[in-house]
Amino acid sequence: MLFAQLPLHEQVILAFSALTLLLSLFMLAHPKLTMVIRLFALQGLFLAATTALVAYDMNEPHLYISAALTLLLKVLFVPYLLMRMVRHFKLEFELDAVAQPARLLLLAGALIVFCYHVTLPIAELSLRITHNVLGISMAIVLMGMLILVTRRKAISQVVGFMSMENGLFFAAIAITQGMPMVVELGVAFDVLVAAIVFGVFFLHLKESIDSLDIGDLSHLSERE
Amino acid sequence: MSPLGWLVALLQVVLLVALAPLFGGWIKWLKCRLQNRQPPPLHQPYRDLRRLFSKKVLWAENASVLFRITPYLVLGAIILAGAVTPFISVELPTAAVTDAIALTGFFAFARVFLALAGMDIGTAFGGMGSSREMTISAFAEPAMLMMVFTISMVASSTNLVTVISTIEAQQVLTRPSLWFAALGFLMVIVAECGRIPVDNPATHLELTMIHEAMVLEYSGRYLAMLELAAQLKLLIYAVLAINIFNPWGIAHSIAPLALLQGLGWVGIKLALFGLLLALMETSLAKMRLFKVPVFLMLAFTLALGGMLSFVILEAS
Repeated sequence: MLFAQLPLHEQVILAFSALTLLLSLFMLAHPKLTMVIRLFALQGLFLAATTALVAYDMNEPHLYISAALTLLLKVLFVPYLLMRMVRHFKLEFELDAVAQPARLLLLAGALIVFCYHVTLPIAELSLRITHNVLGISMAIVLMGMLILVTRRKAISQVVGFMSMENGLFFAAIAITQGMPMVVELGVAFDVLVAAIVFGVFFLHLKESIDSLDIGDLSHLSERE
Repeated sequence: MSPLGWLVALLQVVLLVALAPLFGGWIKWLKCRLQNRQPPPLHQPYRDLRRLFSKKVLWAENASVLFRITPYLVLGAIILAGAVTPFISVELPTAAVTDAIALTGFFAFARVFLALAGMDIGTAFGGMGSSREMTISAFAEPAMLMMVFTISMVASSTNLVTVISTIEAQQVLTRPSLWFAALGFLMVIVAECGRIPVDNPATHLELTMIHEAMVLEYSGRYLAMLELAAQLKLLIYAVLAINIFNPWGIAHSIAPLALLQGLGWVGIKLALFGLLLALMETSLAKMRLFKVPVFLMLAFTLALGGMLSFVILEAS
């Protein structure tokens, strides 16, 4: 079916899923710590909106609960927690620039192609409108992993980790009817607990090496 | 195509060239307003051009013939690019024989000669400006072409008239591929036309300028021609952005009434686009030169993302 002939909300679902991917790209390259957190919150917002639209489109009311949980946890709570830590550690103006952003963006483009190619046979099995979103959600997962690998500050690594979770959640609503409610709730509280545990981890990190830069952990002694 | 069509095409080019300084002046006027300064009158760019045209031309001692023919070649190539751009009406005989890739070629042609002329005299600034211009365009051109590929995949054609008609006929504002391509194209426009945050059009500060450094040795009417070419280039890019990504209201015939209506719409949209550029230039600071490749790589990735999201989400 041609894109222009789809009903409006389905067009919006596809457009929003593309925007979610775009936000992952921005998160990958943006040097400012606070901005990365804000982008993450925005990605959560688009994810929640897409979930709600899929719930409407597929007539699956339990997905509304997932959307509400996403909104509550990933748009409001986790970013709030991270921002509070940023303020607590006085990192508001901290830069966490990656060494080669241009090369990284190109790599991300290649990743998207790779994910699309890999997921193509699986996506063809599904008849849902969102079946092609699987490639995108896998790209979001891999880009979250890329953020984890390339960033040096602990907080942006956490953002990368959380955005990986975003991708997994997206994949679940894209090709299935959403995960079972028990799993959904479990994952949601996992994220919650992870966010809090990370907070404690930051505190210890700050106390023991007086910085949140993971790079400092690779030296063995305190003397340089 | 009737001879009348060619007449309209000619008229359209003349109009484009005549309006180019006004568009530049309009952006400057808006910028001054936004920054609480007293703006120059809107016709100030025309005055500047007239002043430059009436001035005596001075040559550097060792200027070669390349240096002398460059203003003609640059202005000529840009006017040709303007001639193949659908401006008011899509019913354009010149646009039917070329496509978006040829259009990119015209700009590349002009750029090569401008860069060569910058190096011709052998001053440090000219060479520096040329080197910077080529660095930036080496990143901007792939992004531009990727944008062209994205829109031509949407329309199944590289011909601008077909592209515009297809996008207008589909009435789709939700296509993510077009959003991405439009955003990437905006970044390319900023880089190619030397606007903030890539280059500052208002500065003559030696260490940061790019375009100004290349044309530093020109004077009199040759400088006027290059200035006009730069203004025209900006207008053509703006018209392209408007007509490709927001073509509603463009005329489909060459009837006088339709043309008038199309002109009105394109005028309104150009004014709004100028406002967008002025807002961007007021709120952003010029970035360091070494950040520009990242900026343009982002534009490239956006255009690539547009193409991929077309393949992944919209093609099936």
